[in-house]
Amino acid sequence: MSGRRIFTRPARLAAIAPYLWMALFFLVPFGFVLKIALSQTAIAQPPYVPVFDLAAGWEAFKAGLSALSFDNFKLLASDDLYIFSYVRSLVVAVTSTAILLLIGYPVAYGMSRLPQRWQPIAMMLVIVPFWTSFLIRIYAWINVLQHDGLLNKALLALGIIDKPLVWLSTDAAMYLGIVYSYFPFMILPLYATLSKMDDALLEAAADLGASRLKAFWLVTFPLSLPGIGAGVLLCFIPIVGEFVIPDLLAGSDRMMIGQTLWLEFFTNKDWPVASAIAVVLLVVLLVPLLIYEKLQRRHLEQR
Amino acid sequence: MTVGAAKTPLLRIGSVVKRFGGFTAVDDLSLDIAAGEFFALLGPSGCGKTTLLRMLAGFETPDAGAIHLDGADIAHVLPHERPVNMMFQNYALFPHLTVEGNIAFGLKRAGLPKDEIAARVAEVVALVRLEGLEKRRPDQLSGGQRQRVALARSLARRPRVLLLDEPLAALDKKLRESTQAELLDVQRRLGMTFIIVTHDQEEAMTVADRIGVMNKGRLVQVAPPRELYEAPNSRWIAGFVGDINLIEGQVAARQAGHFTIATEHAGTIVASHVPSTATSNVCAAIRPEKIRISKEASGESAVNTFSGNLTSTGFLGGVSVYAVKLDGGAVLRVAAANATRASADGFVVGQRVTVSFAPDDVVVLDR
Repeated sequence: MSGRRIFTRPARLAAIAPYLWMALFFLVPFGFVLKIALSQTAIAQPPYVPVFDLAAGWEAFKAGLSALSFDNFKLLASDDLYIFSYVRSLVVAVTSTAILLLIGYPVAYGMSRLPQRWQPIAMMLVIVPFWTSFLIRIYAWINVLQHDGLLNKALLALGIIDKPLVWLSTDAAMYLGIVYSYFPFMILPLYATLSKMDDALLEAAADLGASRLKAFWLVTFPLSLPGIGAGVLLCFIPIVGEFVIPDLLAGSDRMMIGQTLWLEFFTNKDWPVASAIAVVLLVVLLVPLLIYEKLQRRHLEQR
Repeated sequence: MTVGAAKTPLLRIGSVVKRFGGFTAVDDLSLDIAAGEFFALLGPSGCGKTTLLRMLAGFETPDAGAIHLDGADIAHVLPHERPVNMMFQNYALFPHLTVEGNIAFGLKRAGLPKDEIAARVAEVVALVRLEGLEKRRPDQLSGGQRQRVALARSLARRPRVLLLDEPLAALDKKLRESTQAELLDVQRRLGMTFIIVTHDQEEAMTVADRIGVMNKGRLVQVAPPRELYEAPNSRWIAGFVGDINLIEGQVAARQAGHFTIATEHAGTIVASHVPSTATSNVCAAIRPEKIRISKEASGESAVNTFSGNLTSTGFLGGVSVYAVKLDGGAVLRVAAANATRASADGFVVGQRVTVSFAPDDVVVLDR
């Protein structure tokens, strides 16, 4: 046994495990998706050509390679439907994330300022609704928002409105559903950074002449930026690809990219276009991740 | 009890009380501190010294009493509106700001013009010798450097009073000692009033002009370091500050300059001074280093001279400590400087020794 070996075999395995995981469950499937995106739709099983068969030999493989093309990506760029879907997804994600941050920050801040023994209870109140299935909660919202639902009944009973309003199948309902569903993903990282904040720093700020409001802006807020970054990413990325909430709560006139993808895949049976949509979506989502990564790195380099 | 400072007090703490629920942290405490003084609040943990400091900073408001600074009551003034600054125990440096940003923080809040801020930052940076580190962030600094940033930041606003909460507790012993000297030097150069809270008596003795010893929310004694050590006003102070031998007895004869105290375990002890307030039940207190130890048997008739057996020895470097069990039963701790390298007069545990001390070195305290 060499005494110079630092890592034992299990330790080395642990070190490469994340990469193995990424390779097996992300890169390989992504390779499949990319390949399908470069294929052409066909009435066949599977519904696209070419299909690579390892048994068919080298020549067949080369022929298959030459059959791949970027046609599907060109289609995405030329058809307004796809561009509008992407834009709509981004607009919805930006708006929802902004609303989540505006509501989530004060709530997380309030939670972090609660007496120590109340904090776990507040945390439970945020998390417990998520022990119920996500779909059931969205269907519950449909019940609340529909024409003769709880909301209209309550407003009528209180005399605020005199005839039922349309809530369901509106953007408002969709935003409500998204904000409701993603709330903990915004709250938890914010709460984690805010509750770690050293009270002595605020005392130091006060001691050095900062009012409470100034101390918040100059100390608490900048120190909570990593939490804001994490919360924003955790919400923004899945919201861009959101399918269920807009499908169930929003109107059907404008689609988010997830809905368009679903349509291509299940209704039109056009796997190559659906795959191309997914690939472009991934590239679009890499942008905020790369920005975050860059900011983090700059932050570290400043240290 | 008001302990007056010689000069006009800059800070006057009058009958201040602070309770937390049923616990009285600071109990009817009064104290005057003069401008330019280096004052130390010393006491065991939980004695209320930090609470008192936090009341001076404005983080706690007294339940009763007044705190006058330059004649104005500041007891209820908010922390950010007081001409007082604090150096925090763990420094509380802003991790997202550079050294410069930390120091300038308070100056910016004061609304000083840009060039004035830059000048003042440069001034305190030079004062605490942090040149070249201005652009670093706190986590790029060593513990000693962080301590200096904290000091510089609290000095930058030129407070009327600088409060220091255990400022050196996080440093190792060597660094702490050199930093004490630096702290003292900075205070002398600026002529600023410093109030330091510490549980380290050596630190208090080294830096302070006067020390206020607190116990259970009250000031037990306020005195310059030497007086505190050589003339403790109570048995508790005598035991808390430094090491001391306490022997209980009764005052048998009162004669100016020659008081005899009859003790059960050490025979008759002679003291040259007994406070007039002392009752007959007293305690004779003798510091270990005031006791001489020798191997020679001397006449039992000599004043404050006792024979006994050496029960333990300890070598501490500069000094050695011995425990001597007197024939009467009392155990005395003795400290002797190791004045020469060769321990020619090396003592052996179990051997007969004689200990003696001067009547002048006996402090008589109420029991």
